[in-house]
Amino acid sequence: MAAVGNWAAKALFGGHPVALLFLVVGPLVTAAAALGAALAVKTWRGWGRFLYRHGGKVLLSAVVGTCIAVWLTALLFGWVTTDLVARADDPSRTSWFGAPLTVTELTGSLPMLPGWVAVLLWPLQFAIVRDLIGLGALLGFFNLIPMYTIWWERKVAGRIQSRLGPMRVGGWHGWSQSIADGIKLILKEDLIPAQADGPLFRAAPYFAVIPAALAFLALPFGATYVFRDLDVGLVFVLGVLGIEVVGVIMAGWASNNKWSVYGAMREACQMVSYEIPMGMALLVPVSAVGTLNLVKIGEAQAGGWFDWLAFQNPFIFVAFVCYYIASLASCKRAPFDLPEAESELVAGFHTEYSGLRWSFFFFAEYAAMFVVSGLAVILFLGGWQSPLPSAWGDSWGDGILAQGLKGILFSGPIWFVLKCVFFLYVQLWLRWTLPRIRIDQVLYGCVQVMLPMTMILLLGNALWVWASTSERGSWKVIEQITNWILGLIGATFALGFVVIAAYGFYHRRRLVGNLVQDAMAGA
Amino acid sequence: MGLIGSAASGDVTMPVDERTGVMNAAASGGWLEAVLFYTVAGMTLVSGLGVCVSRNIVRMAVWLFVALGSVSMMYFLLAANFLGAIQLIVYAGGTLVLLIFGVMLTSKSPWARFDVGKIELLAAAVVSGVLLGCLGAVITATRWHGVEGMVPGSSVADIGRRLLTEYLVPFEVAGVVLMVVMVGAAHLARQEK
Repeated sequence: MAAVGNWAAKALFGGHPVALLFLVVGPLVTAAAALGAALAVKTWRGWGRFLYRHGGKVLLSAVVGTCIAVWLTALLFGWVTTDLVARADDPSRTSWFGAPLTVTELTGSLPMLPGWVAVLLWPLQFAIVRDLIGLGALLGFFNLIPMYTIWWERKVAGRIQSRLGPMRVGGWHGWSQSIADGIKLILKEDLIPAQADGPLFRAAPYFAVIPAALAFLALPFGATYVFRDLDVGLVFVLGVLGIEVVGVIMAGWASNNKWSVYGAMREACQMVSYEIPMGMALLVPVSAVGTLNLVKIGEAQAGGWFDWLAFQNPFIFVAFVCYYIASLASCKRAPFDLPEAESELVAGFHTEYSGLRWSFFFFAEYAAMFVVSGLAVILFLGGWQSPLPSAWGDSWGDGILAQGLKGILFSGPIWFVLKCVFFLYVQLWLRWTLPRIRIDQVLYGCVQVMLPMTMILLLGNALWVWASTSERGSWKVIEQITNWILGLIGATFALGFVVIAAYGFYHRRRLVGNLVQDAMAGA
Repeated sequence: MGLIGSAASGDVTMPVDERTGVMNAAASGGWLEAVLFYTVAGMTLVSGLGVCVSRNIVRMAVWLFVALGSVSMMYFLLAANFLGAIQLIVYAGGTLVLLIFGVMLTSKSPWARFDVGKIELLAAAVVSGVLLGCLGAVITATRWHGVEGMVPGSSVADIGRRLLTEYLVPFEVAGVVLMVVMVGAAHLARQEK
């Protein structure tokens, strides 16, 4: 590429790359931008009215469609890694760039598909191509999660406070509010205080956002849908989430602002102390399964609602609650949102930030919220397994259609994302209902309540696991009864939530005043 | 082959992806590995130098963070996933945060500078010179031979088993020592009040 560029530069302008930049690249970029803008306007004219009316349905079907597409891609990738590559009998026989199969061979092995599919599939033989696709998907997801969670948070906050939240941008319930905010943040001035420590101030947002993105590398969305199936996946995710705090502390320190330093101090205090109960609560299910590999932990819970780890014994059940509380503290969510505490510290560690750098902290926060919810789901609540008993699908066979259907009904990214989104919602819900607690209460709660509790849980769980290795029949009965009781408690919570949510939805017009009812676009 | 290299997924040797049989060393696995290695090694060196050269104590800590992080990247590149993750948790996420915390709590002014006296400089030069000499001697005197065959897949189960059987006594002793340090620190902190 570079060689071609140099050659073109020499040939055209006698080796003046700047001239090339201005005369060729510049017009090309401008033309592309103009074309893009024209296309955007055209699309908006055509689809805008439709989106304005049916934004919610489009959003919902996009989410469901994406999940199904993700699952189908996972099937394809699985086929590529096993079938396709295994079919190349002789590893020394290679086509271009050392790929095991040529396009002709691919077409030969896929007689039912048209020829251009084989051409499209050919690059997937390279691990690096598959990795780049996977990375692209992860980055896209990493960008979408904060965008829509922020919009959702504002809607939830609005409803809880008997107002509407964003309603205007894009039509249906302000669904494109975050896109507008993003454009605004990109265009905003990037202010750096004169007395700040410049390099650190500029670097701090990256130190916060990169670890949060790294966590997605090892987070499995399904048994086959994981970027890197690390044998120490859990430790890796905890490790990268733990270094996010460095960015926050750097930001608070480099701002040279009292409020910022207070925020950073609180964050450091809170993060370092809550990492310990969080890690220990996570050790409880790990010691029950016996592996740190997140994919294996998820697969160990296949079978349905009662096979989920949280319902296996009382210690894991309580450990789930402990973990969830500690994870709120580690993502600085209310009631542990002391580092930014709007009502006392202006905005805490990001007081001095503006524009895109400011938004990076929010990307980090919301992505970390998704990751900790994902850990809770994988370690305690069955990961990507659905609550439906998977025994139903036993008679369906192993055809490609049956596999796809099983992936949608019994296990797969769609269930994982649904469960994570539920726990994201719980985090939003808690933020707008619970008051913030004081720093001494935060530390008291960690050192004197959570830490001893998780220690007891770890010990009790070890004893329980040890006891269940015995073959005594009476113990089996006790285990089974405990499983049923805990599963029923969990089901009661889940059903109760659904009932309350349905009640709220049915009476949604009662929550807002008469004046705004007429202005509500979609509800 | 991202940051966590080809060796990330368990049963895989370093340059060749045995499981899938693609991207063999002759084609392109080798140079990617080499590029990543030299990048990470360069980052480690530059950030280590940054720790020594910078005068501002907080910037020093940030350089140290980058150095620790790149050492952990190096572990991932060498298929030592457990070591890499633990490096992140213990050093980058734990020790370093405590260090920054201590600096922030104790420094008198926000721009505390670190001025080195002549005697300190001499002592540091002697110590690091001796260390450099020793390391150089060991590295040149050792007969290095490459590891044949597969890198062991999942090392974490093996590490755990050995810690609780073969190396139980050192493991427990380390635990007791850390416990004593913690109790001592809590005692000291309490006395000030």
